[in-house]
Amino acid sequence: MMLGKHTDLIARPRPRSHKWFRGEGWTALFFLLPGLIGIVLFLVLPILASIVLSFTNWQLLGSPRFVGISNYVRLFTTDPQFWTVLRNTLFFTVEYLVLNIIISLGLATWISSLKFGQRWFRVIFFLPTFTPLIAVAMVWMLIFTSGGLFDSLMASLSVPLAGVLNDRTLAMQAVVLTSIWAGVGYNTVLFNAALDMVPSTYLEAARIDGATAWDRFWKIRLPLISPTLFFGTVMTAITSLQVFDQIYVMTKGGPGSSTATLGYAIYQRGFQNFQMGYASAIAWVMFALIMALTALQFWFQRKWVHYDA
Amino acid sequence: MAKLTIRNAVKRYGALEVLHGISVAAQDGEFVVLVGPSGCGKSTLLRMIAGLESISDGEIEIGERIVNDLEPNERDIAMVFQSYALYPHMTVRDNMAFSLKLARRSKQEIERKVNDAAAILDLAALLDRYPRQLSGGQRQRVAMGRAIVRNPAVFLFDEPLSNLDAKLRMQMRTEIKTLHQRLGTTMVYVTHDQMEAMTMADRIVVMRGGHIEQIGSPLEVYDAPANSFVAGFIGSPSMNFIDGIVVDDRGALELDVARGPRWPLPEKARSYVGRSIRLGVRPEHIVIGEEGVQSQVIIIEPTGSDTHLQLQAGQQSIVAAVRDRVAVSPGQPILLRYDAQKAHLFDPTSGNRLN
Repeated sequence: MMLGKHTDLIARPRPRSHKWFRGEGWTALFFLLPGLIGIVLFLVLPILASIVLSFTNWQLLGSPRFVGISNYVRLFTTDPQFWTVLRNTLFFTVEYLVLNIIISLGLATWISSLKFGQRWFRVIFFLPTFTPLIAVAMVWMLIFTSGGLFDSLMASLSVPLAGVLNDRTLAMQAVVLTSIWAGVGYNTVLFNAALDMVPSTYLEAARIDGATAWDRFWKIRLPLISPTLFFGTVMTAITSLQVFDQIYVMTKGGPGSSTATLGYAIYQRGFQNFQMGYASAIAWVMFALIMALTALQFWFQRKWVHYDA
Repeated sequence: MAKLTIRNAVKRYGALEVLHGISVAAQDGEFVVLVGPSGCGKSTLLRMIAGLESISDGEIEIGERIVNDLEPNERDIAMVFQSYALYPHMTVRDNMAFSLKLARRSKQEIERKVNDAAAILDLAALLDRYPRQLSGGQRQRVAMGRAIVRNPAVFLFDEPLSNLDAKLRMQMRTEIKTLHQRLGTTMVYVTHDQMEAMTMADRIVVMRGGHIEQIGSPLEVYDAPANSFVAGFIGSPSMNFIDGIVVDDRGALELDVARGPRWPLPEKARSYVGRSIRLGVRPEHIVIGEEGVQSQVIIIEPTGSDTHLQLQAGQQSIVAAVRDRVAVSPGQPILLRYDAQKAHLFDPTSGNRLN
């Protein structure tokens, strides 16, 4: 009799979600609400809205009209600026990414080789990371502006370089330099921490095996920090594809369109020309580009990232 | 193969001196074990031989060369680390070939040497695996393989078995000893485990606090320890020490212990009548009988092959290791004797051996 009763209970499990929401589930939801409301209002809804907007011709005022995929078609076919903007973005990303990783890895290695003052140098190089980028960009703009500190310095060195922000080629280099100054500290600290965590016995074993300092760096330390290196590369690539602040402050995308990137184009179309639908379409192209490049990096990481340390 | 000579080796970290003039030599093909408690300086000494630590003073000679200022790879040594230190991003083959590749040896030579070492250590089937895919014992063997391919003059082992379980440790002990017999290379082995030292060494160097306490063959160190530290450190269970004053009770020599029964002393203690001494008796030299020192059984620890008895004689704790099965129970009073010929006498102040 008793057994029969229990078998019955086992055979018909109660619906879990029903039970869950009757008890602790509501309490949990209540406690989650402050964060959840924020995420839904300021993240989920705008994302969904931007998808919808990208298929409309909404101009900030007035009501949006559905235009199908014409924003995307226009972007890839008739927009005279889009390919320039895309090229600028990729150019900035590649140059900034390569320089950032090389410089930060170099600095991280140098700091980890120091016997004294490691902590001080970590702080010094990390300082720009928590300095507002707008402020950093303004200072660098003043340095690079015509007749500014950079021009004076070049003049005193008799180097014929002046008004770089007005030069179609050099303006982007000024933006890259500013971005490096502001962004290299984060990766430096990240890579330095990873280098310091490589167990010393591997390096000692390598010394006994006859590895020079150069060998130890390339054949032991670098492969062992490759997961951190990969993380740094992916995150830096993502942030550089979204570059906006320094371009907004320093060049406004100019001269001409020589420093206009996707991030700046979104701002320009959305908040200067009030083409919200078109700006949303560019934003989704940027999203696709970031996804594609990140996926590519994840695909390539199988060949060079080792997770066994 | 080569002789290793260490002369007055000193190691200082700033003002702190951790090795105070160590002198020891390993003959060509000898298996020398450095043993001692944690912090005695044995690993530091090994790392100085390897070139991973600088030598503050003194000389280290490998073969005919003084190696003080040579880089580790120029010293003709190979080292097996406690953590194995196998490069995790390389296969077993690449781990073993790493030093040969750095030395720019030909592909054929690298392959031959790696295959030879793999055959010796039974690693042939594991060559394409990564360290993470190996068991502890296999990793240990790869670490030895990496050392073997270099064909060094001296092998250095830094507590290589401490990460293994007891059974595997015994197995690897045998493998290392077999390897030594096969290669005939000079080996210096660091351990804190006196059992490893006893079973593997041709010669044991017992260290404490940056000094050498005794150098000798395992049985020399066991049978004639230079001082009470060595006597207590070598042997398991540890030697029993009983402090007291030697008295002559109508011709019979006895040790008068402050709070406890008197212990009979061997004749060799006669010259110490009236003086304080420390009597050392190994647990296996204690005999339970029908006469002797009155004591009480506290704990019984059967190990299978023999039984360890924790006993109390007055205030004195005594450990006895008896070979035969004994029918005793905790709290039971028993009488103890010991083999007087095998007793050790030490100076209680300096700890030095008296007889």
